[in-house]
Amino acid sequence: MTVNLGRKGEKIDRLAELAAVRDDERGVSLWQEAFRRLRRNPAAIVGAVILVIFVLVALVGPFFVPYGPTDSIGIREGLVRSGQGIIPGPSGEHWLGFDHQGRDVFSRMVVGARQTLLVGVVSTLIGLAVGAVIGGVAGAAAGLGGRWGRWIDSTLMRFVDMLLALPSLLLAVSIAALLGASLTTVMIAVGVVSVPVFARLLRGSMIAQSNSDYVLAATSLGVRKSKIALTHVVPNSLAPVIVQATLTLATAIIEAAALSFLGLGNPDSRVPEWGVMLADAQPYLGIRPGLAIYPAVGIIITALGFTLLGEAMREALDPKLRK
Amino acid sequence: MFRFIVRRLLQLIPTLFGLSILLFIWLRRLPGGPETAILGERGTPEMRAEIRRNLGLDEPILVQYGRFVRRMLQLDLGTSTSTKRAVTTEFLERFPGTVELTVTGMIIAIGVGIPLGYLAARKRGRMLDHLSVGGSLIGICIPVFFLAYVLKAIFAENLGWFPASGRQDPTIGATRVTNFFVLDGLMTREWDAAADAVWHLVLPGLALASIPLAIIVRITRASVLEVLNEDFVRTAEAKGLTENTVRRRHVLRNAMLPVVTSIGLLTGGLLSGAVLTETVFAFSGIGAFVADSISQRDYPVLMGFILIIAVVYVLVNLIVDLSYSLIDPRVRVR
Repeated sequence: MTVNLGRKGEKIDRLAELAAVRDDERGVSLWQEAFRRLRRNPAAIVGAVILVIFVLVALVGPFFVPYGPTDSIGIREGLVRSGQGIIPGPSGEHWLGFDHQGRDVFSRMVVGARQTLLVGVVSTLIGLAVGAVIGGVAGAAAGLGGRWGRWIDSTLMRFVDMLLALPSLLLAVSIAALLGASLTTVMIAVGVVSVPVFARLLRGSMIAQSNSDYVLAATSLGVRKSKIALTHVVPNSLAPVIVQATLTLATAIIEAAALSFLGLGNPDSRVPEWGVMLADAQPYLGIRPGLAIYPAVGIIITALGFTLLGEAMREALDPKLRK
Repeated sequence: MFRFIVRRLLQLIPTLFGLSILLFIWLRRLPGGPETAILGERGTPEMRAEIRRNLGLDEPILVQYGRFVRRMLQLDLGTSTSTKRAVTTEFLERFPGTVELTVTGMIIAIGVGIPLGYLAARKRGRMLDHLSVGGSLIGICIPVFFLAYVLKAIFAENLGWFPASGRQDPTIGATRVTNFFVLDGLMTREWDAAADAVWHLVLPGLALASIPLAIIVRITRASVLEVLNEDFVRTAEAKGLTENTVRRRHVLRNAMLPVVTSIGLLTGGLLSGAVLTETVFAFSGIGAFVADSISQRDYPVLMGFILIIAVVYVLVNLIVDLSYSLIDPRVRVR
């Protein structure tokens, strides 16, 4: 809407317009823009909805389960005799039936969601923390450090490459062999597996950032290198790491299930965890395949949720796709 | 080219050196120490002491490490505590099965994955694209051993199309030459034996291929999409090359670079996937053996497997790097 004020008025209007646009640009950060694009992506919405439900069930669900997850109610009531292959399926009272020890499967699924989430989150955090420190030091050293920096960088990266040379499952198995089978072991083992991925990612991203103009500008202004690394390079390099963390949550849950399958999971199967439940169900596949299918579907859907959201975040944060 | 190969081979030395140190530390840190690893849980204190002396565990650590490396170089991986036979012998017997299985998995993953990924990219936004992207997402999210059970339950136990377990029907009485059952059948012209071995490979091969297949489809699709937007493709089309030439010489060749790299990275995953699928299908390869050794705490077997996988992985990635430089001449210069 331009009111005619003559040439001078037009000029002012144009200036105001330009200023407004610049304000607008300054206001939209990478994350805001990414969030806006996430909201328009149906895959992201589906992933987010799955995850919200999963987290809600995991956090709140255990308070509302109809039966205790370790309560062998089916055996007490004489309904379950797994030795004779009698394991009743879903009914009005027991929505998903019983497991081989006469426990209510629905209650175990709900409580298991919490354990599964715990395993996924803790192991990812372990991988993220260790990987980010290694990658961050290597990236800072490589990007800013001169000859010594290059040496530190290549030493750290050789170590990371070595970890990468071991297939994740084997790495987890060897760690589990060291520490003995337990839930903590599973979390550490699965976490260590993702260390090289996070380290490489953060390093690569930091090196790319170190070559950008704003780092050159900060350097020429005389800002200390350590400060540039911490306040400029690291925050700008975090996007791919966060995306990877989301994707890693999916693989962590699957990998934990594989460890349970190989007998390295939590030996105390009273605490329900989907991977352990899936592994425990194997001898009864012929009688009640549902015992394996429920936890498997839980794992698949949750992993799908994390993967969908992670992929959508990757797309949303991709600078190439930015306007 | 020759210098490139030599340089890459030299770069292997620090990796393998570091790996040997890691394995050495790992072996020493196992619960109960190496003597338990060799004796199992049953050893008496005297036996333990003797083993410690025999292993030279009272000597300086560097001497011990030197001996460890020498044994590894001589392929002496110790004795399996569960079968009481040399780990190397056990592996040599079972290796052919695992090689057949992983090669089958790779053939399925590459043979289906690359064309499917390419088609999905060409038909972007259409039904085929959505199906392959959705399918590959699910493929990544299904635990391999669960998929193996499902395949087995449906196609072997219910429909009876494929055998449920083993590597070959023992009643065929096939002649053994190399222990590669398919190869043996072809070499001795026992066609039915070869066909039967292939038949036994289908289901475990499919289960094993699921994750690499999903990853290859996604990477191929993404990579083809990126190349299709390149200026040189437009130029090639504009100068009137046939669609076939553009596709083969310009699009596929350039799009294959990331795919080939990922194939190298996937081999390690395939070998550990074999541990899971072989167990489900009672397929007598290294994988099933290792799965047993995990529950039996058979550490020499475990260590041997880690070593083999690491070496195979490093070698495969070397081959990948080399083929990379064949596809893309620019790599050689660097």
